[in-house]
Amino acid sequence: MTVESKGCACAAPTPASGGGFWKSGGWLLAALPAWVAMYWVLKPAADGLAFRALGLAPGSRLGEAVAFFVYEAPKVLMLLGAVVLGVSFVQTFLSPERTRDLLARRTGAWSNLLASLLGIATPFCSCSAVPLFIGFVRVGVPLGATFSFLVSAPMVNEVALFLLWGLFGWKIALLYTATGVAVAFVSGWILGKLRMERHLEPWVLTVPFTPAQAGSGPAGLRERLDLALQATKDIVRKVWPYILAGIAVGAFLHGYVPAELMARVMGRSAWWSVPLAVLIGVPLYSNAAGIIPIVQVLLAKGAALGTALAFMMAVTGLSLPETVILRKVLKPRLLGVFLGVVAAGIVLVGFLFNVLF
Amino acid sequence: MKIEILGSGCAKCKLLAERAEEAARGLGVDFTLVKVTEYPDIVARGVMSTPGLVVDGVVKSQGHVPTVAAIKDLLR
Repeated sequence: MTVESKGCACAAPTPASGGGFWKSGGWLLAALPAWVAMYWVLKPAADGLAFRALGLAPGSRLGEAVAFFVYEAPKVLMLLGAVVLGVSFVQTFLSPERTRDLLARRTGAWSNLLASLLGIATPFCSCSAVPLFIGFVRVGVPLGATFSFLVSAPMVNEVALFLLWGLFGWKIALLYTATGVAVAFVSGWILGKLRMERHLEPWVLTVPFTPAQAGSGPAGLRERLDLALQATKDIVRKVWPYILAGIAVGAFLHGYVPAELMARVMGRSAWWSVPLAVLIGVPLYSNAAGIIPIVQVLLAKGAALGTALAFMMAVTGLSLPETVILRKVLKPRLLGVFLGVVAAGIVLVGFLFNVLF
Repeated sequence: MKIEILGSGCAKCKLLAERAEEAARGLGVDFTLVKVTEYPDIVARGVMSTPGLVVDGVVKSQGHVPTVAAIKDLLR
């Protein structure tokens, strides 16, 4: 799990290297068909490696475990690379400034819903949480909508959506996204209804602030591509050990442990597992890409779906470093209510899933 | 030329400072580079997503780290 100083797990781009061909992005055109071709032959190649080159017997425990690993590991890493690249590119067209302007004229529950949805795709770094909070509030974004955005942005994002899709299928990916948006929507709406504006630190409303419009996005196509490549390199470099570790555990379980046994030991019959998972997850901090391999292990071990999703939401949505950062703009009471409302929402989602599935 | 780097000290801010310095040296201009790390000072410059690049009081970029070449264009 990536726990970092300053409460910020945002990728710092690696300095661009090389020139000419690499810088022009022309190699991307060549890489695309290669990617597709590799993905196509991955399964037969993995089986060939495990059962022919290594001589393991199909159906044997070791054979199945090895075949699982040599197929899943490159598959997930390839998916991750492609997804992060595409998403990072699209995100260069979005910015918190644009989101703020879209939200500035809204009121009521609509503002909370819109803020929760915009939080999915807007690039957000928790080290910007304080200036962003002030920027939102000062141009007239309702306090409740600002909270909806602050919950949704780190918790529900496109990297999480596509990674969950690749690893667990579209049902779990959409369930996580929809319930994450719901938690952000409802908790922001409740916080807005509580009318706690007087529990903001006074400087939030008095510090001089005139929003600067300039420079909130990169200039040309080349710069966008460059930024997207930097982000991709950085995220992949950061999460691949966790992903490989997760798949290795999955491979062991796949080959050696009967699923029914695990489900009985760590199933959903233990009602306290959801609040406990949230309690453990809240102080921890990791971005979505870092936590998903751990969720994979939990699920593979037979943890109930609701418990695993609640844990992931608690880790990504709330954290100790973020709490320390938000204390600069929120008085203790509002900070406490914020943490309580969001944590309660996550626990409810966990229970709901464990009852439904 | 006064170059200000706005940000609370995360990795992106440090990288922006390095690149801004490289860009300014490359252009051969006289410059001072200042890091603005306190939140009220950052907000007062109108920036809400860090890291921000401010040149002679004008916000040039915010929320991302431009390449050295792009910063050179911004400094000109």
